[in-house]
Amino acid sequence: MSTDGPVFNPELPHRCSPQVALRPEPFGALVYHFGTRRLSFLKTPQLVEVVSGLERHPSVHAAIEAAGVEEAQRPAYLRALAGLAANGTIEERP
Amino acid sequence: MKLVEHFQYGLNSPICLTWELTYACNLACVHCLSSSGRRDPRELTTAEAKAVIDELQRMQVFYVNIGGGEPTVRPDFWELVDYAVTHDVGVKFSTNGIKLDEARAAQLAATDYVDVQISLDGATPEVNDHVRGPGSYATAIRALENLAAAGFGKPKISVVVTRQNVDQLDEFKAIADRFGAQLRITRLRPSGRGADVWDELHPTAEQQRQLYDWLVAHGEDVLTGDSFFHLSAYGEALPGLNLCGAGRVVCLIDPVGDVYACPFAIHENFLAGNVRSPGGFEAVWRTSELFAELRRPQTGGACRSCGFYDSCQGGCMAAKFFTGLPLDGPDPECVRGLGEQALAARGPDTVIPKSDVDHSRSAPRNSRGPVPVTIGMRPDRACDENPLAGLKVPVAGR
Amino acid sequence: MSPTSESQAAEEPVVEESLVEEVSIDGMCGVY
Repeated sequence: MSTDGPVFNPELPHRCSPQVALRPEPFGALVYHFGTRRLSFLKTPQLVEVVSGLERHPSVHAAIEAAGVEEAQRPAYLRALAGLAANGTIEERP
Repeated sequence: MKLVEHFQYGLNSPICLTWELTYACNLACVHCLSSSGRRDPRELTTAEAKAVIDELQRMQVFYVNIGGGEPTVRPDFWELVDYAVTHDVGVKFSTNGIKLDEARAAQLAATDYVDVQISLDGATPEVNDHVRGPGSYATAIRALENLAAAGFGKPKISVVVTRQNVDQLDEFKAIADRFGAQLRITRLRPSGRGADVWDELHPTAEQQRQLYDWLVAHGEDVLTGDSFFHLSAYGEALPGLNLCGAGRVVCLIDPVGDVYACPFAIHENFLAGNVRSPGGFEAVWRTSELFAELRRPQTGGACRSCGFYDSCQGGCMAAKFFTGLPLDGPDPECVRGLGEQALAARGPDTVIPKSDVDHSRSAPRNSRGPVPVTIGMRPDRACDENPLAGLKVPVAGR
Repeated sequence: MSPTSESQAAEEPVVEESLVEEVSIDGMCGVY
């Protein structure tokens, strides 16, 4: 997969892209990107909380911590968020 | 649980849906899934249409695919598109291109959250116009030219794959590349007027294989509307959800507000309700009997023992229904040939369902091309030979 | 970060399920 954009840096503040609509569902959330027309499925309520909380935290790490993600799970969450950054769902806050 | 499993049980709101805005159309394509042509006098008003958009916004439906008929012939079309995109509902509209002049193309290029899909069923005028009518190829190309010149980013070209155009897939791709568009191919179904031409136009078994091979080799950038998942039984599943979304994650709202499971199933058996009823669209989506039925786990019926059922899912409900096949059996185009067998096994008593929703113009349903309509002056009284009959002439003194 | 659950070489009995699934829903079947 080409990585044209900036490399994902979880130390920096992030947010959901303004081109994205996030719709909570019982099983997590559906995320639709109006620009790429791709649908993503966030599979845990915790990940939904992390993603929706990004704009309120100074870093991705902080958002993960605030959502109460277990230490052992955090690498997986970071990988997931890196993927969401790569597909444009989340972006660095200007 | 995978996404597709969640989808099978239905969602609280559709992800997207098809909205046929009008049954009026300037063309009379032989295979029209909605049997369009004449406007219906009961079509939703502008205010009613906006109320639907308000509901879709509330329900967080991500986008609507607006079609018809030819949606751009509605005078309020542009107003409704604008209303949708400024109320969090993305729009893709499907058109034959008739209204996409340079000005409209420029307008579209300046509008966010709108996608345009131009219908084209032949890579050459001969093949295309045979199905869509004289001049329709030129109209589509002109629209694509205008969009490209205006800098509209990546319109779609939507092709219904037929026996006559399956050899043109590379040429379709070339046309898409030429105009900076993305190719989308979709399945011909025996729906609407498609029922009359399905036997002659649907791809043969060999051509299906050819199509599948082409998609596997060249199809990364080609959209399929997920309509070829029955081909997954050839081996490698094609990208997409491989799922019938009808009544589960998508549906159709028709020009008079009727809600059907899918645009290929415009028939009372698949009618879930009407947006004009109390509770509007939301009530239909969430409480309709039909949709509850579709959201129950499907057993697969006769297809259950097939090794490919997981990706094929028994194919397309509408394709089975309108060829008189049982819904719990193989798709008429089952790549294992089981559908052909089922078709051959239809007895003289087999009822082939026909929709009574038909807005075709006066041309016979199984004619090859559109009947040219000439508009002329008619005298007030048919038998009056006086050419000035009916002409109001000012009378002195009045 | 110390790799607590990284084991590319050996198959873990519990396979980590990805947290995100992505799909293109151009149209979806049943939509234009």
